[in-house]
Amino acid sequence: MADVQKFKTAAETGLAERFSQARASLPGDAAARATAFARFTDSGLPHRRVEEWKYTDLRAAMREAAPLAGKLDDKAAAAAIAGATRFAEIDAVRIAIVNGHVAASASDLGALPAGVEITTLSQALAEGHPLLASLGAIPEAADNVAYALNAAFMTDGVVIRVAAGAKVEKPLHLRFVIDGEASATATRTLALVEEGASVTLIESHECADGVAHQPNDVLEIVARDDTKVEHLRIDAHGDAALALSTLTAYLGARVAFDTLNLVTGPALMRHQVYMTFAGDHTTGAVRGATMVTGRQHADTTLYVNHVAPHCESRELFKTVIDGDATGVFQGKIAVARTAQKTDGKMMSSAVLLSEGGTMNNKPELEIFADDVLCAHGATCGQLDDDLLFYLMARGIPRPEAEALLLESFLGETVEEAVGEENETMRETLMAPIRAWLSARG
Amino acid sequence: MPAVQDTIDRVKAIDVDQYKYGFETILEMEKAPKGLNEDVIRFISAKKDEPEWMLEWRLEAYRRWLTMQEPSWARVSYPKIDFNDLYYYAAPKMNEAPKSLDEVDPEILKAYEKLGIPLREQEILAGVEPKNRVAVDAVFDSVSVATTFKKELAEAGVIFCSISEAIREHPELVKKYLASVVPVSDNFYATLNSAVFTDGSFVYIPPGVRCPMELSTYFRINEKNTGQFERTLIIADKGSYVSYLEGCTAPQRDENQLHAAVVELVALDDAEIKYSTVQNWYPGDSEGKGGIYNFVTKRGDCRGKNSIITWTQVETGSAITWKYPSCILRGDGSRGEFYSIAVSNGRQQIDSGTKMIHLGKNTTSRIISKGISAGQSENTYRGLVSAHRKASGARNFTNCDSLLIGDRCGAHTVPYIESKNASAVFEHEATTSKISEDQLFYCMQRGLDEEEAVALIVNGFVKDVLQKLPMEFAVEAQKLISISLEGSVG
Amino acid sequence: MLEIKNLVVEIEGKRILDGLNLSVNNGEVAAIMGPNGSGKSTLSYIVAGKEDYDILDGEVLLDGENILEMDPAERAVKGVFLAFQYPLEIPGVATMTFLKAALNAQRKARGETELTTPDFIKRVNAAADKLEIPREMLRRALNVGFSGGEKKRMEILQMALFQPRFCILDETDSGLDIDALRVVADGVNALRSPDRTFLVITHYQRLLEHIVPDTVHVMANGKVVKSGGKELAVELEANGYADYKAQEAA
Repeated sequence: MADVQKFKTAAETGLAERFSQARASLPGDAAARATAFARFTDSGLPHRRVEEWKYTDLRAAMREAAPLAGKLDDKAAAAAIAGATRFAEIDAVRIAIVNGHVAASASDLGALPAGVEITTLSQALAEGHPLLASLGAIPEAADNVAYALNAAFMTDGVVIRVAAGAKVEKPLHLRFVIDGEASATATRTLALVEEGASVTLIESHECADGVAHQPNDVLEIVARDDTKVEHLRIDAHGDAALALSTLTAYLGARVAFDTLNLVTGPALMRHQVYMTFAGDHTTGAVRGATMVTGRQHADTTLYVNHVAPHCESRELFKTVIDGDATGVFQGKIAVARTAQKTDGKMMSSAVLLSEGGTMNNKPELEIFADDVLCAHGATCGQLDDDLLFYLMARGIPRPEAEALLLESFLGETVEEAVGEENETMRETLMAPIRAWLSARG
Repeated sequence: MPAVQDTIDRVKAIDVDQYKYGFETILEMEKAPKGLNEDVIRFISAKKDEPEWMLEWRLEAYRRWLTMQEPSWARVSYPKIDFNDLYYYAAPKMNEAPKSLDEVDPEILKAYEKLGIPLREQEILAGVEPKNRVAVDAVFDSVSVATTFKKELAEAGVIFCSISEAIREHPELVKKYLASVVPVSDNFYATLNSAVFTDGSFVYIPPGVRCPMELSTYFRINEKNTGQFERTLIIADKGSYVSYLEGCTAPQRDENQLHAAVVELVALDDAEIKYSTVQNWYPGDSEGKGGIYNFVTKRGDCRGKNSIITWTQVETGSAITWKYPSCILRGDGSRGEFYSIAVSNGRQQIDSGTKMIHLGKNTTSRIISKGISAGQSENTYRGLVSAHRKASGARNFTNCDSLLIGDRCGAHTVPYIESKNASAVFEHEATTSKISEDQLFYCMQRGLDEEEAVALIVNGFVKDVLQKLPMEFAVEAQKLISISLEGSVG
Repeated sequence: MLEIKNLVVEIEGKRILDGLNLSVNNGEVAAIMGPNGSGKSTLSYIVAGKEDYDILDGEVLLDGENILEMDPAERAVKGVFLAFQYPLEIPGVATMTFLKAALNAQRKARGETELTTPDFIKRVNAAADKLEIPREMLRRALNVGFSGGEKKRMEILQMALFQPRFCILDETDSGLDIDALRVVADGVNALRSPDRTFLVITHYQRLLEHIVPDTVHVMANGKVVKSGGKELAVELEANGYADYKAQEAA
């Protein structure tokens, strides 16, 4: 295999060039960036023979390295943001991140709720903000190529501190937009939620169809003891985008953490979640609904790491595959010797709608503690014939019957993630699912 | 609870170390020079009186092997093996191949007696119902020393002999099927095996024949520093049926010994092969010293329509196990089954599972795996289920359960589930848990001590798989599991 | 009018219906009785349009039109309604959502206007009250966690709501206690009308005491072997199916 490594692809060479051009102008510790980039150079872009990337050959998929996106002026940023629609109906504190840079003029940074402090990442890096010490809480992520590339290239993002005890009612909405020619972005966001605080983070990613953007976004959440953190994400990147994203969630004791990711957009997506249970009696739920068609490829990879005892993790993933698309689910629940009384359950279900679709499931358990209850399940197949027949026998035509069943199949993730009282949020999250299903019919 | 009581008694009867097959037989041996090179391969081939094509085949494999790297993806760790520090051929010294058991060294016969494997037909016949008879091929280090009931099997048209004999006597069958399931360069160990295999069993069941008795091979590694490389080939022709059992043991030694076998099964139209293994190689001592490295490639090809291959394995031995008995479901309507119990204790490392490759239409497969980890062992299930584009109507059901006893061991599950066909339906479920306190309490309240209660519950845990074994094997396996877990409680 | 002519059906090579003939007039309630395995449920699935069967011969005509080439939804639009022996649970789909989707799909296909939500709710509630179905059940996912009796009542509720012309009740009495049976039978009887046809499939005569049929047909070996009036059901109750099984064996 060594001889394979020596040959560099156009994208690998391109990334090296982009890095040497940009490094001088990127904010913060240049040495740290160089170290991160070296980590990438050591391994190159991952391919099929790298176990973690077995089903997503990034080396083959990434033909070239797009140039880093340029910062837009206020007017252009406002125009770009005007086209963004996701979560628009939700009353939220908005933070716009356009082409990898915070667009202050299009954000509510001046009117933050009590207990919330936000600094831009570029500023925090430049001045060596003390909160940055909370970055990299999950060391396993550092070896990941997508994360390492983000660490080398990150231009901006936000550093959020939710003060101890603050109950933030209004969701904080991170609104990512990429505009213009095909370009690469690398953003990093840190949310430090201090003891006893609660907050909802929502994240939307939008860019135009037909443009081969290459976003690489990292969100790091550090939830201290007794916090409640909800995270809802819609990936609506355009149909030519190659989107890499990483979520790390480092959870203290007695935390209630929830994350949901809805994917309809990009040509290629890899969403990675690292969740570490560092304190006891914490519950963490990771959910996702993925809809792919055409030649799309969507990969969700989870690393759930139980270190502390008495925690509960729940993972629920639904994938619907049409056309010649490919779905990938890799999920590992690891339970350390110290994590007695862990209760972990992971489920991945996929429906294949077409002849050309592919689903790859790799659910894993890695258990070192004996007093645990862990389970995973994976299914893949067609829609249930008997259910379809029942609906059709009631006069519902096949396409509608399929849509109804698929909506409930995918919708279960939304149902579980959002409380019944929050009707607007549920509808907002169901909208992309319904839109995808009706575009199909 | 007679079974449990019996287990307890047996365990008590054994000394500190629980491995009861650890004795050594002292014999005068003939060996190839230590190390591996083309001359050693020529030596083996000449010893076996092989035709030229076989020697060429071996040399070709050897040259391929030199270019290959040892696999590293399994969750096992061991010091690097020096392949030149091994003997590749060791056989009890005899002037000519024994024509009857009377010519076999009595020490060898004694060894098999001690193992509970009588080789004299009259002894087997005494007190055994004809329907329960088992024909045995006994492989001692590098050679087959005896095959029983050959005559009776021949009357039914069944060929059951050592692979060495098959190469000489049935070259057309060997040429046609050898390496047709596991290609020569399939993997590092399979390629090594192709170059140096010394013996093993050959079975051919003609069309429409239901093999009149169970066939069995008993492998014994006796000699020091010797690798055992056996090769088994079983062909079930159209509409035939065979049930085959495999057992294995080795003396207790401080050094590790290598066992790298290849087993190939071919089932033609409407044929069925049941392959059962009770693997009880020496596992090393409680500190991890010694034991067999068991690196085995087993694969069945459901080549014909509606053919069935079932693998059942009880893995209790070996220091390291690397083994994935698989099925290629090529024929339309064919079926593959894998039932496994893997028990690890002490410092054992097991990385085992199966592959079910669905190629044909309406193929079905079923995987039931039960892993039990105790002591400081590591026990991994690794499996692949895949449906190719043309495998419409494929079905798989997988269930992997792991049980941990104590908090110094590990239990891991690594399934790969790949579907390229919308009408394929795959269901996979896996759980990891410990023995329920409530169950333990219940049993102990009824008067069992903790160890007895654990044995009882574990036997319940593995029952689904035990039921798949032929009767006598099931009883033996049940006892073996209890003994393997001895000392794991408390 | 429902006519079945020389219907021959196999599943995986096994003959289930073997030249079945039956005709039921408008306004008629026809009972189909027969021993287990005589092909009664298959008949109901074939009329409703379930796949997985090989139809080797024959026709199923609704008012003279052969429906065998239509998919189940098209048949439902034509007025075919099957009350399932084992109604399916559909997790995640609220009963109300399902009822509305089905009703409006049927109306749309017939060129009728969709119902307004208040109008729809009014109709569902009225039907639910008659069948003693609590409103709370309508908010739950369809049939999920419902008891056997509740599922059967939900089937009759759908029948009342959709007003189908050809109703097939497949073993609707199985799993019902006497009170639930009365509620269900009342629901069915309320729907009897001169232009509605019923096919009531049952193993026992019990249901027919509540839903009194005009004609009774006995099925055995995939055929109708005897037809008569309601007295035939009483006779069967007294003598059992032994005679018909004997015929099978012969």
